[in-house]
Amino acid sequence: MSGVEDLYQEMILDHYKSPRNFGKLENPDSEIEGRNPLCGDHLVVQMRFEKDQIAEVAFEGDGCAISKASASVMTETIRGMTRGEFQEVFAVFQALVTGVESDSVLELGKLAAFGGVAAFPARVKCAVLAWHTAKAALEGHKGSISTEEKV
Amino acid sequence: MSRWRADFPGLDQVINGKELIYLDNAATTQKPEAVLAAVDYAQRIDCSNVHRGVHALSLRATASFEEARRKMARFINASSSEEVIFVRGATEAINLVAHSWGDTNIKRGDKVLVTELDHHSNIVPWQLVCERVGAQVEWVPVLMNGTLDLKVAHEILSSGEVKIFAFGHVSNALGTINPVQEMVAMAHEFGALALVDGAQASPHIAIDVEDLGADFYALSGHKMYGPSGIGVLWGKIEHLAGMPPWQGGGDMIRSVSIEGTTFAEPPFRFEAGTPNVAGAIGLGAASVFIEEAGLSAIAEHEALLVNKAAESLAEIKGVRLMGEKSKRVGAVSFVIDGVHPHDVGTLLDQEGIAVRTGHHCAQPLMDRLGIPATVRASFGLYNTLEEIDSLQAGVEKVVGVFA
Repeated sequence: MSGVEDLYQEMILDHYKSPRNFGKLENPDSEIEGRNPLCGDHLVVQMRFEKDQIAEVAFEGDGCAISKASASVMTETIRGMTRGEFQEVFAVFQALVTGVESDSVLELGKLAAFGGVAAFPARVKCAVLAWHTAKAALEGHKGSISTEEKV
Repeated sequence: MSRWRADFPGLDQVINGKELIYLDNAATTQKPEAVLAAVDYAQRIDCSNVHRGVHALSLRATASFEEARRKMARFINASSSEEVIFVRGATEAINLVAHSWGDTNIKRGDKVLVTELDHHSNIVPWQLVCERVGAQVEWVPVLMNGTLDLKVAHEILSSGEVKIFAFGHVSNALGTINPVQEMVAMAHEFGALALVDGAQASPHIAIDVEDLGADFYALSGHKMYGPSGIGVLWGKIEHLAGMPPWQGGGDMIRSVSIEGTTFAEPPFRFEAGTPNVAGAIGLGAASVFIEEAGLSAIAEHEALLVNKAAESLAEIKGVRLMGEKSKRVGAVSFVIDGVHPHDVGTLLDQEGIAVRTGHHCAQPLMDRLGIPATVRASFGLYNTLEEIDSLQAGVEKVVGVFA
C-alpha cells in the first residue's frame, strides 16, 4: 500500500493502540466534548490549569487511528504549555496537516509524524478534532463542539 | 465478468495506480451510456421548458418528460402515471408526504411509527412534523441480527393511535430486507397508512407497489443508475387527491387570481416550478436499462457477489459482519476488531477500492449495535467476483497494517 506509510507511521499506530493520557482527570477545571458528526468520531478533553499553564490534560473517546493518535500525541505535547504556547503550536500543527508552508521555527517533535495527513484531505478533520476541542476547553467553552460548526 | 460492465464508462479509470473497484453503490451508482445519452439529448437537443410552450421544442420536451413518468409508473407497476410525482429524491419524497399529508392528518396526541433501522431521511421528516403538530414519534427496535422487532411494532400499532408507519424496504446500512407486505398489512389492520422508503430496493429487486400494498413509496434516481437530483414519490391516488400542495409556484395551479388560487390535480399539484426535466428523462432511461437487463438476472448476479463477499470477509480473522446473512441484498456491512472503519476506507482507497465508511446516516442503528460506524461494501450489476477477491485481499492487508 504505497503512499499510506506516511499516514500510518509506526508511531501513529502505537499511539492509536496505546493512547497516552487516556482516561479522566480527578479534578478537571475544564471538560469539553468534540464531535465530528460526519464520521461519528467523538472525544472528551479534560484539563487542569495552574495559573496560565496546562498542568494536566487527558482525553477519552472513540475514533479512527488518526484522531486517536493525534489526541494522544497532543496531550503529551501541550502539557505544561501556556495558552499562548498552545495557540502557537496548534497553528503550526494545522499548517502541517493541511500542507501549508509555515515559517515557524518551532520544533515539531512527535507532531511531525502527522505530516502525512496533508496528502489525505478527507482525514484532516480527524487529525485536528482533539486540537479544536482542546482549544475550546482553553477558551472556556462549555459542553460540546463540532467540526461542522464554527467555534 | 459482468456482461453489463462495458455500459458504464465511469468504471474504466485508475485510482491511486489501481483499476477502480467501485463498491459504494448504495451511496450512488455509476451511470450507463443509455442514461448519459438521454440526459445529454434532453439538454443538447430537446432543451425547453415543459407543459407550457406551444412550440415544437417544448412539445418534444414535454412528451419526453411525460413519457419518463409513464416509464416510472410501469417500473413500479403503478396503476396510473398520475400517481408518480417527480421529486429531488427519496428524501424529498418523504418530506413531501410528511408536510402535505402529515400536517393535514397528524394531530396532537397522534403517533408516527418509524424504525431504528432506517436512514435519517425516513426519521427526521417525521420528527419535524411531530414537533409541528404535537404528535409523538414511536420506534420499532432493531434486533442484533439486523431485523426489526415486529412484535413491538404490532404492540404500538395496536394502540390505534399511529397515523402512519414509515420504514425502509432494504436497509441502506446493512442490506437487510424488511417483510414489507407483512408490515403494511399490520399498519392497515390498525388504521395507519404505510410509507416505504425504497431507495435501496429499486436497483436490486422488482418493485410492485400494487402488490406491496403500501400507501406511499419513495425512490431516488441516482441509486438506480439514473441521475442525481431526481426521484419519485408514488402515492395511491385516493390519498394524493385529498392532499394539499406543499410548495407553491408555477405548474401546480389551475388558476391564480387576486381572490385566491385553485390547484392542479396530482401529480402536478406537487410539482411546483420547472422540474428537473433532463433528470426525469434520464431516470426513465435508467428504468428501461434495468428492465432490459432484467431484475431477475441482476438479482442472480448480485446474490453471487453478496454471498461471496459475506463468506470471504467472514474468513478474515477479526472481521465481524453486521446484519442477518440470509436476507441481504446489495450490501455487506462489517467491522474489523481494533481498526476504525475510516482507516479501513483510506487504506482500501489506496487499492483503488471505493467503499463507504461511517454511520451511513443511520445513527440510531449504530447506537443499537453498539458501534460508531461500519465499513459497507455495496454492489451493482457491473461488479464482478474478481473484485470481491480484491476486496478480500485489501481487507487482509488492512488487518496486516494494524496487526
